This record gives sequence, structure tokens and C-alpha cells, in this order.
Amino acid sequence: MKTEILGVVAMYAVTILMAIPFGKYIAKVYAGEKTLLDSVFNPLENLFFRISGIDRKAEMNWKQHMAALLTVNFVWFLLGMFVLMNQDWLPLNPDGNPGQTADLAFNISISFVVNCNLQHYSGESGVSYLSQLFLMFLQFVSAATGMAAAVILFIALKERTAEKLGNFYNLMVISCTRILLPASILVASILAFNGTPMTFEGKDSIVTMQGDTVAVSTGPVAAFVAIKHLGTNGGGFYGTNSAHPLENPNYLTNMVEMFSQMIIPLAMIFALGFFLKRKKMAWMIFGVMTLGFLVLCVPTITWEVQGNPAIAHMGVDMGSGAMEGKETRFGSAASGFWSIATTVISTGSVNAMHDSTMPLSGMMQLLAMMTNAFYGGCGVGILNFFIFIILAVFISGLMVGRTPEFLGKKIEGREMKIAMIVALLHPLMILAGTALAAAFPEITSANLNNPGFHGFSEMLYEYTSSAANNGSGFEGLGDNNPWWNITTGFVLILSRFIPIIGPVAIAGLLANKKYIPESAGTLRTDSATFGMMVMAVIIIITALSFFPSLTLGPIAEYFSMR
Amino acid sequence: MKNQNASLFQKDLVNEALKQSFIKLNPKVLFRNPVMFTVEVGTFVMFAVCIWILSGNTAQGSFGYNFTIFLILLLTLLFANFAEAIAEARGKAQADSLRKTREETPAKLVVENKQGFSVSTQHVMSAQMKKGDIFICEAGDNIPTDGEIIEGLATIDESAITGESAPVIREAGGDKSSVTGGTKVLSDKIKVMVTTAPGESFLDKMIALVEGASRQKTPNEIALTILLAGFTLVFVIVCVTLKPFADYSNTPITIAAFISLFVCLIPTTIGGLLSAIGIAGMDRALRANVITKSGKAVETAGDIDVLLLDKTGTITIGNRKATHFHAANGIPENHFIKSAVLSSIADETPEGKSILELANATPSTYQIPDPRFIKFTAETRSSGVDFEDIRIRKGAFDSIRSLVTKAGNPFPPEIEGQVKTISSNGGTPLVVSENERVLGVIELQDIIKPGISERFERLRKMGVKTVMVTGDNPLTAKFIAEKAGVDDFIAEARPEDKMNYIKKEQEGGKLVAMMGDGTNDAPALAQADVGVAMNSGTQAAKEAGNMVDLDNDPTKLIEIVEIGKQLLMTRGTLTTFSIANDVAKYFAIIPALFIASIPALQGLNIMRLNSPESAILSAVIFNAVIIPFLIPLALKGVAYKPIGASALLRRNLFIYGLGGILVPFIGIKVIDIVVSIWI
Repeated sequence: MKTEILGVVAMYAVTILMAIPFGKYIAKVYAGEKTLLDSVFNPLENLFFRISGIDRKAEMNWKQHMAALLTVNFVWFLLGMFVLMNQDWLPLNPDGNPGQTADLAFNISISFVVNCNLQHYSGESGVSYLSQLFLMFLQFVSAATGMAAAVILFIALKERTAEKLGNFYNLMVISCTRILLPASILVASILAFNGTPMTFEGKDSIVTMQGDTVAVSTGPVAAFVAIKHLGTNGGGFYGTNSAHPLENPNYLTNMVEMFSQMIIPLAMIFALGFFLKRKKMAWMIFGVMTLGFLVLCVPTITWEVQGNPAIAHMGVDMGSGAMEGKETRFGSAASGFWSIATTVISTGSVNAMHDSTMPLSGMMQLLAMMTNAFYGGCGVGILNFFIFIILAVFISGLMVGRTPEFLGKKIEGREMKIAMIVALLHPLMILAGTALAAAFPEITSANLNNPGFHGFSEMLYEYTSSAANNGSGFEGLGDNNPWWNITTGFVLILSRFIPIIGPVAIAGLLANKKYIPESAGTLRTDSATFGMMVMAVIIIITALSFFPSLTLGPIAEYFSMR
Repeated sequence: MKNQNASLFQKDLVNEALKQSFIKLNPKVLFRNPVMFTVEVGTFVMFAVCIWILSGNTAQGSFGYNFTIFLILLLTLLFANFAEAIAEARGKAQADSLRKTREETPAKLVVENKQGFSVSTQHVMSAQMKKGDIFICEAGDNIPTDGEIIEGLATIDESAITGESAPVIREAGGDKSSVTGGTKVLSDKIKVMVTTAPGESFLDKMIALVEGASRQKTPNEIALTILLAGFTLVFVIVCVTLKPFADYSNTPITIAAFISLFVCLIPTTIGGLLSAIGIAGMDRALRANVITKSGKAVETAGDIDVLLLDKTGTITIGNRKATHFHAANGIPENHFIKSAVLSSIADETPEGKSILELANATPSTYQIPDPRFIKFTAETRSSGVDFEDIRIRKGAFDSIRSLVTKAGNPFPPEIEGQVKTISSNGGTPLVVSENERVLGVIELQDIIKPGISERFERLRKMGVKTVMVTGDNPLTAKFIAEKAGVDDFIAEARPEDKMNYIKKEQEGGKLVAMMGDGTNDAPALAQADVGVAMNSGTQAAKEAGNMVDLDNDPTKLIEIVEIGKQLLMTRGTLTTFSIANDVAKYFAIIPALFIASIPALQGLNIMRLNSPESAILSAVIFNAVIIPFLIPLALKGVAYKPIGASALLRRNLFIYGLGGILVPFIGIKVIDIVVSIWI
């Protein structure tokens, strides 16, 4: 068990250490400085920009940015619907998988466009290779969308008073070519060398020890899994995601996949520091996020390692922890760690079944998605966190007797309105969605694996995962039917784009405001004190919104199990 | 009258406020406050539930329990209304007492105006006076209404307004031409033009502001209301969705429990006290004898970055005083002193008087035949006296020098050196000459107010930069600025210099406050973010500024800044307190909601409350009574300590954040113990 814990600590420490230089590189990319990859990609990009008639140097204000973002995302969504519904006759379908129903295609397309990857299908039988490739494309561009949106925020915070905040298409393309693509190639190679398939051949077959012949699904898995994690997408090639032996063959690949899903969200924090030349601010954000992460992660690992008391009562040895639903090659500690990392970071890939984790571990996974701001997804993590910063700035500004200001810009009614709408949306989506499902048990409860508190947790988890654009499932929920496909689809759209537009709008409004130089009376927003304030705001808002629902789910289950 | 230390709750004010608490229950009035409005809706629902039970429903619990909840919710509303009403009543009382000073006073209205005082007048009551009317006041008369002196000079007792008993001189022209209704003429005669229509004086405007008729929400209040409305909405979502959740888990929840949960969770504490805090801010300003023209001005004062202060009266005590006589070489000292005194006999300025004081002389000490006094003019920049064939002149260094050198006489080098020494020490040299020969130099010194540098230090810790404005030369100004501890100074300031300085700072994003009295200050007062006009100042200055200081006390700006900060802080800390309270309320109500059907949740009942009913009642009662407990704090404001923003945040987070989490745990437990006696 000691080695298992050490493995987790090592995984986490290496990620943080690597995130700092990587963040510096990201800041360089977005600042438009020269990088090694320019000679490779510049001519290619320029060609594409020329063909599409986009002037990558034309700067946009925040509204133009958002219009570009929504347009391009809408086109991808339509393309996705088309490919998925017609995959049966489109090329690259060696296994002869059928075309999808409209409601499933709607859900998948949306969920990949919004970087969620709530998979209501199994990759083996549900999609063709062409579909997989298109989904892989979406994994790149949806991550790049989030990163570009975050960079608009960076630029807006950097400018003293300006309308012009860079070009959206340019930001998105360089996110792909300078950051996601090279990193993906690296990660995919490591995976391929460790046994993850990378082929366009159809199903392979093996003869088991019993002598049966079993068909094994293969495909371009290594490439898919690399961007699935680097882009914090989480949509697996196979139905069981990273618990599948070909998607995540051994402890090393487990570490690499873990590393790849945490690296960009972490590096974006440091990139903010380098970009704005406010390193202390980056450390404040990192500190608060890390504290939040540890508060969720440490107890979860502890509970998972301790094992299930109900099973222990039956005389089963719990020496290696609560192993139900976990892979023996990863163990309970690494699985517990993954379950929090993947929910905190909005990846939503799993290497063990969250349905089988301890009740309070399940609560921690839920809380990780309910806060959705400790690290968070590619780019969007910082955007979510920014909303909490605005709320904290407002309250603490009042507490020190000064009209609240952030980085020299006054926070007033309009910004508060936007911040409140974004902050409200998350509980609204989760609670209203779950309430609808709970109100129509005749439709929904047939899909539940478990009755009672756990069944309630399954529904709550599904909507929480959708609203946090996470995409992991409590599994155990039979989710491929019109009810879940359509309701979660709408939750996905709203919960993706409003929390992107909101923070960018605030930043855009702030960028237009007059800059007020700091004085001795200004509250420093890069101090530990302010960090504490942000943490308090996050905890209070999350706790207050979700306490009753958590009580009826995991908390009730926990108390009943003792 | 000034700053009476009356208790917060005077009996007559409380009675008035109690009455208002019920009047304010009108939903139309309450709608302005979204938080309390939702409480009112909840109260109505509970009332309906009570009737429902009376007509035979049995699923919602006993009538007594439901009715109690209804009563407590009603009480919550009344408490919140009372907070607002008592703040209004106090403000009104303060303003009324000022208004009383100008009740019906007979006035001598000038029928047909012409030069001089021998015009026909007619007795009218002050209420009938219109803007532009002219009246005459003589010794012993009360001034009927606000106006500007257009002719004459008088000593006036302003103690009714300022509390200051020493009479002041007001005269036509210049910057001290305003008179205030209710004050009394002690000597001489003045002709005054009415400047404000009845009901439109600053005081009337302020009373309207306090009464709520013209009270607009400040930008900050709007943003806070949005935050609170957001929190209210979150809990609407939480409570509405709880219904299907509970049904799904087969745990029926009564309407009373739902409403109680909702009312406890929404930020009623700050919602109920919000407007009281704003009114109390204006009221505190009024208690400091400052009339504000809007609530926003008080709030802006808290954000001020730069403070422009006049040197005279603010940083230094009144005017310069003569401190030394330096005779020129070869001139007997007593001759020089005698000449200095003679040149100052007719000089009514404080400087002139101080020369006599220093020489220990009176105007009759030296008898001279047939003196002809030469008045000070801006051109000659000197004054003096001629008698027999002697011409004594006293004036600034360069004016006397040009006088002396024009006559072909040398200017003694030792006096020139002395002049420089005096200047660089912050003093003002006045050179005296007799028949175009220099006799010596009189040294005038500024006296810096004791304790003023500590106040500047305090401001610096708040992040406010202080700027001294003076007509002195840069050398003198620098010396005084350093000695007093101001951050910057504007020397040889002309009115447009102030204006330019304000504009420059504002372009850099700073908020600037200044105080002024003269007509030539008016543009700068209007330009400044907070412009405080002295009540003694001209009408133009008073119109231009957004506050009027009745005391004419230039250091008042410092108090105003603190009042503004207090106002924001009180809002912030009570918001934090209110929201932090929810943690304990959750732990009281949530187990109570579910314990009947999910006994395992007893584990969440960490306060070990007696029963579900007592738990809910205790939470609602706590939620109600915390409002009156906090009214004194809302009215007095949270104390401001200039210890730096981060330290202040830590301190307030500790007291109101942590306190806000802990206090209700204790409070609810105690109430539960008491409530369980009956249940």
C-alpha cells in the first residue's frame, strides 16, 4: 500500500513540476513569441488562413470573439450529427457498425463539441472508425476552444484599456498546433509502445486459454487516448474507458494518462502568471485550486484504501482497499486519485467504476464537479475560477471599505449580474435536471441500477457530470435512451457556452474600463488572504447549493452503511 | 445640537419606527427589496396554510406550529422594516432639528431695491419668500432664509447651525457672503438676496433623501442587491428541487418546513438591514454636520485616492503670525518696530494684528499727527502710512525692493539673506521701508495644527494621498508640506491649478476630493469626485459641490472619507455574516426535514436539537431575532481601522465570517433548549 501511495504522490509531483516550464511555453505561444515549431506550422497555417479568407492578425473585441466561437462550434456540431447518423455507409467502417439514432447522435455530437464526452454508447459497437476520427478531431478543437477563450481573458486582463483582444481563429489554431498536437504525438507514442493499438484494421481475434475465439476491437486507439486526456475530454475509445486493458495497459500508461490530463489545466494557471507578468497571482490561484484538490483527494484515497466496512463485515479481506469496480493493475490508491483528478479536471475518463466507490468518495467526485473550479478543464477551469474571483473581489472589497476592483478595474452592477448568472446556472442545471428525473420515476427509474439513495446519486451524478462538462458516469445508469440523451444534451450546451461567454464578457467589459492604479488602500488580489476569501466563496456557494441533494444521496447512504 | 450623543433608540423615534414597520409591509413598498419581498410571499403562503389546516387539512402538522412559523416570519419582516424605519426616523429627527432653526421668521422684504439701506421694506413671513427676493437684516434679527449678502457686512451668530459660539463676519462680495436661515445677526446691517426657493434648500433635499422619496440606490448598492438576489434565486432552486428529491426518497416535507428552510437560507439579515445601512451612512454624515446631496457621494468618499486640502485653516492654524523683527544694519531696533507697528495700525488682517501683538503695542501706543493710511492693493502689493513727510511702506520682498531701488537706494544684502532664510524655513518675510530705505524685515510664520501629521499618516494607511494647496511660494510650501507630512503640494496655486491637478489625477484613474468655499473654487468642486463646500462659502460653491459642511471645518474631509469606508464595510461584513449563518441553519433544518423517514441522518444532527419541529422553529427564530440584534451595528457602522487592506480583510473575515459560522450554532442550540420546553 505504501508503494501505491508513493506512486500517486510521484505522479502528482511530476505533473506540477512539469507544469511550470510548460506554462511558460504556453504563455510564449500566446504572446506570439517565436517557438521551435513555427517553421513547421507557420506555412501550413498561413495556407489554411489564406484559403478560408481569415486575417489572423485582425483583432476582435469580446463580442466578435464569442460570435466566432459559437459559429465554428455550431458547424462542428452539425458535421458531427451528419457523420454519426450516416456512419453505416460512410467509409472506414470495417466492423460494419450501424448508423446512430438522432437522439444519440445529438447527445454524442454535443457532448464532444462541448468537451464533455458523456458517452451514452460503447466505442466498440457504437461508432465507426470515421466517427472515432471525427470525434478525435472534436477532442482537439473543443480543447482548443476552451484554451482560446481563456486566452481572451488573459489578454483582456493584460490590457489597461482596450477593445482589441486578439483573433479567435488564430488563438484556436495555435492552441492545436503549438500545444495539443505535439504533446499528443508524444503521449500517443508512449501508449503505442506499451501495447495500445494504433491501426485501421477491423476487429482482431484471439484464442483464450479456454480455447474460445474472441473478437477484440482495435483501431486508432493510442492517438485517440492521447488527446482524450491532454484535451481533458475524457471520451474513451472503448466503452469502459481507461479501465480497458487496451486503452490503459499498465501502471506506466496509467501514470502517463494521469499526467496528460492534469498538465494543461495546471500549466494554464502558470501561463496566466507568465502572460500577465503576475506570478504571485498565478501562485494564489494555484494555491487555492491545489488546496481544494487535496481536500477532495486525500479523504477519497483514504476511504478507498480503507475498504468497504459492509464487505469487511462479511469476512472479506480489505487489505488492498475497496477493490470492487477497480482494476488490479492500478490498485485502490491510484484509482481513488484518478477518480478525483478526472472529476476536478472535467476530463471524465475513468480507470475504475465510480459507481462502486465508497459513498463519501462518490460525494467527493460529485463535489469536484459541483465546484468545477479546482484546476478545471482545458482553459475553462480558469474561466470558472474567474467567476469566483469576481464574487470574492466584490465581497472582500466591501469588507475593506472600498469599491471592489480587480487588477485595477472596478467591479460594478453589470459584472456582478453576469457573474451571478454564471454562478447560478450550475446549480440550476444540476438540480433542475435531477429534479425532473426524480419527478418522473416511471420514465427514469427503469434505467437505474440501484434503488434508493444510490439510485438518486446515479441521477444526480449524470446531471452533475453534464453540467460540469465532465463526461464521467456513475455508470450503472442505462443512459442511452431519449430521456437522458436529450435532457443531458441541453444541459451540456448551456453549461458549456454560458460559463465561457460570461467570464469573457466580464473580462471584455473590464478591459474597456478605466485603469485605476493600485494604492495602499487597494486590496491585493494575489495574497494568501485573498486566496482564503476565494476559497471561502467557492465552498459556501457549492455547499449551500448542493447540501440538501447530497444529503439525500451519498450522505444518507453513508450513514445507512455504518 | 452638534453631535449629540443621543442613544440609538430614543422613545419617540422608536414609536414612529414601529408604526412605519407596519406601513412598510405593503408589498408595493417591499418589492424594492427582493430578499424581503420573497419573505413576505412566504409569510402569505404560511397564512394560507394556517387557514387550510383550520378548514380540515391534517397533513401539514398542527395549527399551533404552523401559526407560530407564520408569526415568526411576520416578525422577521417587521424587524427588517423596523431597521429601515428607525434609520429613517433618526435621520429625519436630525434633519428636523436643523429645520426647526428656520421655522417661521419674520423678514423685512425690500419692496423696491436700490443702493443703500434707506429703502422701503415690508414685513412678510419667511415661508413667503421667493428666490431672488431681497431682504434686510439688522442687529438682533434672525436671518429668515438662506441667501447671499449683496450689500453690507455683519457679525453673525451661527451657533444654531454649527454649534460654534464665536460669531463670524459675513460680508458682500468675496468668499464669505453666504448666510444661512436660522442664524442671528449680532451687529451691523446686511442686504441679502434669497438664493433658494422654499423647500429646495440643501437641508430640504437631504430630508427628502433620508425619507426615501428621492433615495436612489447607489451603484454599489445595486451590485450588492444583484448578489443578494442571486443568492435568493439559488435557494429558490434548492428549495423547489428539494420537493421532487424528497418525494423520490419517500420523505414528505411540510410546506412550513419548506418555507422555513427557504427563509432561513436566503440572506434576510443583510437584506433586512441593507437600506438601514445606507440611510445610517447619510445620517452619520449629517451628525458630523455635513449635508450630502446624494447617498452616492458618501459612498464615493470611501474610495477617495487624493485629497486636496487648503493650507490655511486645515494644515495650519488660521493665519500666519509675526514671530520676529529683524532690523537692518544701522537701524535701531525700536525704531524699526515702531515703523512696523505704524504701518500696521490700519491693517485689519490677522497678519497685521499679529504684528501689533508681537510688538506688544496697541493702535494708540504711538501717536502720529494726521496719518494717511495707504491700503493694500494687488498692484503695489504693499500697504503703509504717510504722516508729515514720512512714508512707511510694508510689503512683499520684491515689491519693496523695486520701490527702494527705483528711488536709487541700495537693498541691504543682510536683509536679502534674511528674507531667503525666512522663506526656506516656511515663513513669510514682510519688508518695511521708510522713505524708500529698508528698515528691516518682519518674519511671519505658519503654525501647523497639532496632531495633523498623525491624521495624514492615518490617511496614508488608508491609501489616500494628501495634497496641500497654498498661495505660498514653492520654498515655503515645501517646508510646510514636509513639516505637516502631506504627500504633495501645489504652491502659488491659482484656482485653475486646482482644477488642472484634479483633472490630471482623474485621468490616471484616481478619485479626488476637495473642499472649497470661493466662487472661483466652484469649477474645481464640480470637477472633483467629492466636492465639499463650506456653508459659509458662496452659493456657487455650494451648488457645485456634492456636500456642504455646516461647520466650515476643512479637516472634515478626513471624517467624510471614514464615513464612506464604514458604509461599504458595514454592507460587506453583514453580507458575509448573513451568508455564513447558512451553514448552521442547514445543519439545523436538513436533518429535521429527513430524520422521520431516514433515521440514519440523525448523524447529521450535530447540534443534537430536540425534535424536527423545535429545530425548524429555532432556526427561524434565530433568523428573525438576529436582525434586531444587528440594528445597532448597522446604524453605527463597523469600525474602520487603517491597518492595510489585507489585514483589514483578515480581521473582518475572522470576526464576521468565522463569527457568522459559529454564532448561529450557539444561538440555535440555546433557542432550541428554550423552545423544547413547550414542544
